[in-house]
Amino acid sequence: MTLRVVADLGLCQGHQMCTGEAPDVFDFDDDTDQVVVLVEHPDESLRPQVVAAVQYCPAMALAMEEE
Amino acid sequence: MTTVDNALGAIPEVSYAVEDDGYGHLAEMRVDPIGLFQRVRDECGDIGRFRLADRDVVLVSGAEANEQFFRAPDSTLDQAAAYPFMTPIFGQGVVFDASPEERQQMLKNQALKGDMMRGHAATIEAEINRMVAAWGDEGEIDLLDWFAELTIYTTSSCLIGKPFREELDARFAHHYHDLERGTDALAYVDPYMDIESFRIRDAAREELVALVQGIVDRRKERGKVAREDRDLLDVLISIDMTADYITGIFISMMFAGHHTSSGTAAWALIELMRHPEAMAEVVAELDDLYAEGRDGPVEISFQALRSIPKLEAALKETLRLHPPLIILLRLVQEEIELAGHTIAPGTMVAASPKVSNRIPEDFPDPDAFDPGRYLDGHQADLQNRWTWIPFGAGKHRCVGNAFAMMQLKAIFSVILRDYEFEMTQPSEDYRDDVSKMVIQLAQPCRVTYRRRVR
Repeated sequence: MTLRVVADLGLCQGHQMCTGEAPDVFDFDDDTDQVVVLVEHPDESLRPQVVAAVQYCPAMALAMEEE
Repeated sequence: MTTVDNALGAIPEVSYAVEDDGYGHLAEMRVDPIGLFQRVRDECGDIGRFRLADRDVVLVSGAEANEQFFRAPDSTLDQAAAYPFMTPIFGQGVVFDASPEERQQMLKNQALKGDMMRGHAATIEAEINRMVAAWGDEGEIDLLDWFAELTIYTTSSCLIGKPFREELDARFAHHYHDLERGTDALAYVDPYMDIESFRIRDAAREELVALVQGIVDRRKERGKVAREDRDLLDVLISIDMTADYITGIFISMMFAGHHTSSGTAAWALIELMRHPEAMAEVVAELDDLYAEGRDGPVEISFQALRSIPKLEAALKETLRLHPPLIILLRLVQEEIELAGHTIAPGTMVAASPKVSNRIPEDFPDPDAFDPGRYLDGHQADLQNRWTWIPFGAGKHRCVGNAFAMMQLKAIFSVILRDYEFEMTQPSEDYRDDVSKMVIQLAQPCRVTYRRRVR
């Protein structure tokens, strides 16, 4: 089982909470004003950060899947 | 009754519980809107319709139809035209809501961006402390009056600026409340109809303009001040906007964050009083969290506010049961498909947080207050992101929701740390007045407080 991060760009509002919660996983594109997933399959050690990013995304634009 | 085209005719129309007085289901919407919206789902399923003055409103519910509704672009579903009752409140020419592009610009520039939240949290804590400072060891408050005044101060301070907030007192909150009550659904017939609700609304707006005019005059008399002492009002004065227009902008900036946060805070306290075991868990959690700061003032920093799981769960469950907006409306601009039906331009379409948040398939035992839905690995909100919709969903999902949650956590961090609360009326007497589009607690809604002994 590996962790997969999905960002729904149809929902992202550019709050940039995720870049604070999990800076190694998420970045922000200033041109599109939207999230960029840097690491689609983050290391297990980053799970708590990713969980927080998903939970606190004000646009509910992020999801975690187990593969 | 106008005739409907075939496509619309294929969508079932809900029955009448209140007699049609010429405006279709408007009469019922003015006395029992929740009953009407729920009956649409019960009788018609995921898509049904009711009559609102001269329009059909197609109401969808359930995850699939809600997702289609919330994902539709602005060019297909327009918000502004769907809320005619807001125009006289904001004033002619003041926009109802920013486009997604403008919203992102707002996010980038100011108030609601993630890294601004810590400052807002400190501001809000200070405002709550100010309001509570006059409380003494015990007393009684009216939940609507108290939270409505508090949230006038917090929203004005955070969104407009501290110097402006310092000019405000309870009068501003009082007039603002009268504006919010000026949202009778009769606005769908004529937002300027000669009825009491609208007369009070227009008088209240004039009072607010007069208050803002006074502040503007004092600013002009005072002359220029250092850049760091300026706020948004100074900027608007410098580009020669009238007090009337400035007031409209401020009303619109504060509107989305005011009655919503105020009502949710009041309902959260009511639900916690109704459920002493949930209250005890939240209080224990807060005592733990703030125990470290005993020797000095506890700083309610943004980070400390972010993770308060049991309080957050109680707030989310309050929002699910008592969403501040019970219906979200759009006007169809381009043909759209919802739940297998093609809807033509000119039709109104809607989703109901009140109905969707209680769909039993998604939220078992839907009427029960159960913060456990969001604890110990349960995520009733994330798992139902198209039906758990107290903040709406999609591109227009409430842009202030992180701010709102932070504010609520700050409020309860302060008041539950220092006080205990008790209902002064039977539990079921705390209820909403749903006779206006902006629903508010029905008064009286009084509670007593007593300083905690530790």
